[in-house]
Amino acid sequence: MNKTLLIFKREYLTRVTKKTFLIMTLLMPILMGALMVVPTYLANKESTSEQLVGVVDRSSIFLGELENSKSTKFQFIKPEEYDKIKDNLQAKGFYALLEIPGNILTTNKVVVSSQKQISIDVKSHIDSQLERVLENQKRAELISRVGIPDLEEQLKATKTNISVETIKIGDDGLARKGSTEIAMGIGFAASFLIYMFVFMYGGMVMRGVSEEKQNRIVEVIISSVKPIQLMMGKILAIAAVGLTQVLIWLVLLLGIFTGAKSMLGSDPKMQQLAQSQAENIMMGTNPSVQVMQTIEPNQFDQIAEQITSLNLPMLIISFIVYFILGYLLYSSLMAAIAAAVDSEEDVNQFMLPVTIPLVAAIVMMANVVKNPDGAIAIWGSHIPFTSPIIMMVRIPFGVPWWELLISISVLAVTMFGAVWVAAKIYRTGILMYGKKPTWKELGKWLKYKS
Amino acid sequence: MEFFRIENVNKNYSGFQALTDVSLSIDQGQVFGLLGPNGAGKTTLIRIINQITAPDSGAVYFEGKLLGANDIYRIGYLPEERGLYKKMKVGEQALYLAQLKGLDRRTALKRLKFWFQKFEIESWWDKKLQELSKGMQQKVQFICTVLHEPKLLIFDEPFSGFDPINANLLKQEILSLRDKGATIIFSTHNMSSVEEICDHIALINKSKKILDGNINEVRASFKTNTFDVVYRGEFATVEKQLNHGFEILSHKEDDWINSLTIKHSGGNNNELLQLITPHVEIVSFSERIPSMNEVFIRVVENNK
Repeated sequence: MNKTLLIFKREYLTRVTKKTFLIMTLLMPILMGALMVVPTYLANKESTSEQLVGVVDRSSIFLGELENSKSTKFQFIKPEEYDKIKDNLQAKGFYALLEIPGNILTTNKVVVSSQKQISIDVKSHIDSQLERVLENQKRAELISRVGIPDLEEQLKATKTNISVETIKIGDDGLARKGSTEIAMGIGFAASFLIYMFVFMYGGMVMRGVSEEKQNRIVEVIISSVKPIQLMMGKILAIAAVGLTQVLIWLVLLLGIFTGAKSMLGSDPKMQQLAQSQAENIMMGTNPSVQVMQTIEPNQFDQIAEQITSLNLPMLIISFIVYFILGYLLYSSLMAAIAAAVDSEEDVNQFMLPVTIPLVAAIVMMANVVKNPDGAIAIWGSHIPFTSPIIMMVRIPFGVPWWELLISISVLAVTMFGAVWVAAKIYRTGILMYGKKPTWKELGKWLKYKS
Repeated sequence: MEFFRIENVNKNYSGFQALTDVSLSIDQGQVFGLLGPNGAGKTTLIRIINQITAPDSGAVYFEGKLLGANDIYRIGYLPEERGLYKKMKVGEQALYLAQLKGLDRRTALKRLKFWFQKFEIESWWDKKLQELSKGMQQKVQFICTVLHEPKLLIFDEPFSGFDPINANLLKQEILSLRDKGATIIFSTHNMSSVEEICDHIALINKSKKILDGNINEVRASFKTNTFDVVYRGEFATVEKQLNHGFEILSHKEDDWINSLTIKHSGGNNNELLQLITPHVEIVSFSERIPSMNEVFIRVVENNK
C-alpha cells in the first residue's frame, strides 16, 4: 500500500475514533442550537413575570392613560403616600416607583426610584408610555388650538413605512429576491468558519508534529518513509478530519433546520422569535425588540427563498476550495514551525508572522462587508494569505468568475510554494534537537540536499 | 564477503563538519561495532545509511549496488532515542510500523504473534504504550525493528534501559539474528558489550575514522607486553632473575601465594617463563590484553 495513504489512514482514524472528537462534533451544533433557542425561550418566559410600578402623578395627566405590558404593571398611588412607600418599596410589593412632577409638560423629566437597577424592559416601557401619552396630549392641544378639524387624520396620512425589496439579477438573467442582511450573514459565517478551521486544524497539525518530534518516534518513521510523506499524510488526514466534522454538522444542521421549520411553522409568533434570534446571531448584534417588530409573518419562507437565491452550490464549492487551499497553506507552515522548534514556548516567536495575516483578515472583514467591491476587499481577496477569508465575505454579494479564478490560482500557487518550503524546513528541523534555530538557519535548511 | 560499503563520505551541517572522508567495509554476517565519543558523527553516519540524510559527497553500497530508495525495506533501525506513539495501542502500533516497512498486514500479524509469544507479552497487545514501563516499551520497539526481517540491522545503544536479565535476552536475540544471516551494525558506549558481541570495530572521533579492524587484532595491537604472574616462592629470587629487559610494575606477597606484574621490553613470552620456572612454582601466567575500554580511552585521548 502507498505509504502516504497508510500514514493518512492512521492519522485520520486515530483522530476520528477519539472520544473527544465525537463529543466535540455532537456538542458544537447543540451549543449553536442552544445559542439560538435559549434566548428565545427566556424571552418568552421572562415576559410572564410582571413588575409592579407605583405611579405618583402630580400632573394629573396620566391617570388611566398608562397601558400595562407583559413585564410592567402600573398602579397609581396618592401623592400623600409617596414618602411612606418610597422608604420600603419591596415590603409594599413594588418593583419601582415613578414620580411624575406637575410641570412635566415643560421639563420632560420624571424620576424612577427603585432598590435595584431597573431592567431595560421596564424602563423602555415607561419611556414609551409616557412619550405616547404626552405626545397625544400635545397633539390634541395643538389641534384644538389651530382649529383645523381633520388635522389628526391628515397627520396620520403622512406616516410612511418603506420596505426595500432587493432583487439580484443573476448571470442567467433571472431576477431573484436577494437580501443584503442574509448575504452579509452568510459571508460572515463562512469566512469565520474558515478562520476558525484554519486555526483549529492547523493547531492540530502542529500538535501532531510536535508530539512526533518530542516522542522521537519520527526517527523510526522517517527511516521507513520520506519526511514529506509523513508531513503530507498528516496534513491531508487532518483536512479530512475537518471535512468529516463539517459534513456531520451540515447533516445535523439540515435536520435541525427542517425539524425547527415544521415545529415552528404552525406558530407565527414563535417563528418570528426564532427568526430574529437567528438573524441576530448571524449579524452579531444584540437582540432588541425592534428587530422582532419589523419582522413580518411568513419571513421564514422569504428567508428560505433568499438563501436559495444565493447560488448555494457555488457558495459551497468555493467554501470547500478556499477552506482546503487556505488550510493547506497555513497548516504546512505550522507543521514546519512545529518541526523546527523543540518547545512550546519557542513556537510563539515563529507563529506570529503566520497569525498576523489571519487576524488582519478578520479585522478587514467589517470593512469588506460594508463595501464588498472596495479596494480593501479587492486586494484582500487576492492576496493569498487573506483571500480565503475575505473572498468568502464577498462571494454572497456576487463576484465575477474571473476574479475568483485569479484569486484561487494565486492561492493555489502560493500554497504549493508554502508546502515546498515547509517540506524542506520540516525535513531538517524534525531531527534537530536542542538549540532554537534562527531565521537565518531556517533559510539555510532550504538549501540542504535531501 | 563484503556486504556493505561506505566510501569517502563527507557531511557538513552549515559549517559543522559531521563526517570527513569516512570509509567502512562491513562483511556479511558480521557484528560491526561503530564506536566513538559523543558528537563524533556516529548518528550522522547511521542516518546516512538509513537515507534519512544524504552525504555531501561519497557513496554507499548495499550488496555491491549503490544504496537506493528500496533498500530501506532491507534495513532495520533501532535509534538511540526511542519513541513510539504513547496513546496508540501496542499491537496496532507494531502493525502500523511493520506496514510502513513494506510488510502486508497478514504477514505482519503472523510474525507479530510469533514475537509476542516468544517474549511472553501477548497480554500487552491491547494496552496503550504509555501504560508500559520504559523497558517494556523498548521490547516492543525491538520487535518493530526486526519484524520485517531486514538483512542489515542497526542498533544504537540497544541495551540502555534494560535490566541485566532482559539485556541478556536481547543479546541472545541479536546473536541469533546474526546466526540466521543478518548483518549487524552496533553502536554503543558500553565497551564490555562490544567485547562480548562484536567481530569488528571502527572508531570515529571528531568526524574522522581513526581506528578500524577485527576486534581481537585491534586489542592485540594495543598490547604492552605486560604479564601477570602468580607463583609460590620467594619474591627476591624472582626479582634477581628479572634484571634484564624487564620492569616489575607491582608485586604482592602473601603467606601462600605471591603475585607480580611485569612489563617485558621485547622478546617472547616463553623467555620470561624460562627465566623464572626453575626458581618458583608458577600458579598462573597471563598476558594483559587491553580491554576495549582501555583501547577507546587511549585512542581518543591520543587523538586530541
